[in-house]
Amino acid sequence: MSTLVSLRNLSKTYQRGPEKIEVLHGIDLDIDKGDFVALMGPSGSGKTTLLNLIGGLDSPTSGEVSVNGERIDQYGSGKLAKWRAANVGFVFQFYNLMPVLTAAGNVELPLLLTNLSAAQRKRNTEIALQLVGLSDRARHKPKELSGGQEQRVAIARAIVSDPTLLVCDEPTGDLDRKTADEILTLLQQLNKQHGKTIIMVTHDPRAAEFATHTLHLDKGQLAEQATH
Amino acid sequence: MTKTGFIIANLFRKKTRTSLTLLSVIMAFLLFGLLQAVNVMFNAGADFIGATRVMTQARVSFTQALPMSMLPKIEGVPGVARVAPMQWFGGVWHDTDQLIVFAVDPQRQHDAYPEWVMPESQWKAFANTRTGMVVGRLIADQYHWKIGQKIPIASNIYPQKNGSKAWAFDLVGIYDGKDENWQKATNGIFIQKDYFDEANQFGINGRTNFFAIRLADSAQAQKVCKTIDAMFENSPDETKTQTEKDFNVGFVKQIGDIGLMVRWILFAVFFTLLLVVGNTMAQSVRERVPELAVLKTLGFSDGSVLGFVLVETFTLCAIGGLLGLGLATLIGIGVQKSAGGQLPLSVDWHVWTAGAIAIVLLSLAVGLLPALRASRLKIVDALAGR
Repeated sequence: MSTLVSLRNLSKTYQRGPEKIEVLHGIDLDIDKGDFVALMGPSGSGKTTLLNLIGGLDSPTSGEVSVNGERIDQYGSGKLAKWRAANVGFVFQFYNLMPVLTAAGNVELPLLLTNLSAAQRKRNTEIALQLVGLSDRARHKPKELSGGQEQRVAIARAIVSDPTLLVCDEPTGDLDRKTADEILTLLQQLNKQHGKTIIMVTHDPRAAEFATHTLHLDKGQLAEQATH
Repeated sequence: MTKTGFIIANLFRKKTRTSLTLLSVIMAFLLFGLLQAVNVMFNAGADFIGATRVMTQARVSFTQALPMSMLPKIEGVPGVARVAPMQWFGGVWHDTDQLIVFAVDPQRQHDAYPEWVMPESQWKAFANTRTGMVVGRLIADQYHWKIGQKIPIASNIYPQKNGSKAWAFDLVGIYDGKDENWQKATNGIFIQKDYFDEANQFGINGRTNFFAIRLADSAQAQKVCKTIDAMFENSPDETKTQTEKDFNVGFVKQIGDIGLMVRWILFAVFFTLLLVVGNTMAQSVRERVPELAVLKTLGFSDGSVLGFVLVETFTLCAIGGLLGLGLATLIGIGVQKSAGGQLPLSVDWHVWTAGAIAIVLLSLAVGLLPALRASRLKIVDALAGR
């Protein structure tokens, strides 16, 4: 399999007041296309920071980030925004849906950045909602949905523009065990049946079992790697 | 869903807050529209088109009385059909209600104002009764006055020769307007000028506040005005002759510098509005920091986010502004109709253009800072709630 994500000597330092905090140091990592990677580690180990750098939400202090052959660490904010829209889907712990929009509206939101017609956008939205099993809740607003359903809408929003990469930050952190398993099974399906490369930050070892690989971060460095 | 739909959905996420803000914008633009119309009315140039009557007053102010000796000279000007002197009385009913009372020559008033319709017998009674008084239908109905009653009216200016400001008049006629518009203006009272001249303590006999001049030909209005004023130029009693409409506007203008007042009121209104709408938008953006960060995460650029907030502000200001100006236009039409066309309070395209500019400026003033704040959000900090 070819490499989708390639990190070389990646470091990230934050300035908090007078203090400099080095969150990641010298990370070297390759993630292949079609992988489902779980990123684990204690709080403050740099998992979310690493995920943000891979997803193009933040820029590294030094080192290289290549995704699908593109050096995104060299992109400015405008180019990075366009790249994210075309290449990455995001799933957050607290779903982060727009409360004023219906489930369908939330899923359609990323498509407003494309040149698709209204009819095409509607069709893609319906397909994405169908894929996550929420066709019957399309007209409901987030507050009318359960936590699991909200996360399914968030996943539909993440996949609607057919990105290569899905980055998920604690996608089951706010859900009960049963619902969490359903969401993880859905992510697994997206990985296996639709070939999506998924990088998922989690604290939960059971959630990590759904992934094909697990990476452990500790104090900003990759500690160990496991394959399931 | 469209970007516009998304903006409108965001605008009305807090319906009560948006409705109250919208209401304040509507009220501000209602005031803006009306006050601008007042400003336009006072600053408008003379309009002689369709004038059937012109008014001659002292050049300085109509409070400075003109000699009655001018009357035959004015009546001799080509194009003049009839001249009626009118003297302000300053009437007060029951110490509280201000009345529009003029001392007039009954026959000349009848001739100069064919718009006032009253049976000939009542005009005759007015002419033949020295303490006679005729009132407009609106006034008669308002105070339930009947012909034959003796009506006590005080003057807040002129005492009688015995020093008393309490006068009494015999109601001998009630006049109507010739049509619906004039009927709405039947809120005046006429008393006999001869009686007033003799009985008032100030002895202003032989003078009058102004002359109402009925024209033989309305096309001659401008010429007649110029001729009359030229006739008394460099005399002790220089005149200012203008159409009835302009005269009425000037009457209201006596209150003070209307333009300055309008500007100060509008400044206060818009300053308050700036704070109200500015606070609403700032609050709205503060509440939505994580949502704005999600928009950026999904790939919306800094410029798009800036645009969303600015367009949202503009939509709020535009809806409120247009509704306010629309209401002002309707009120302006209502005022014009109720004043029988004598107060040209028109919320015209000048006012709408000024309103449109005000909407754009207001949107920028209140929306730019929150929009810039939204566009400069760092995604990772905003998502982490920092």
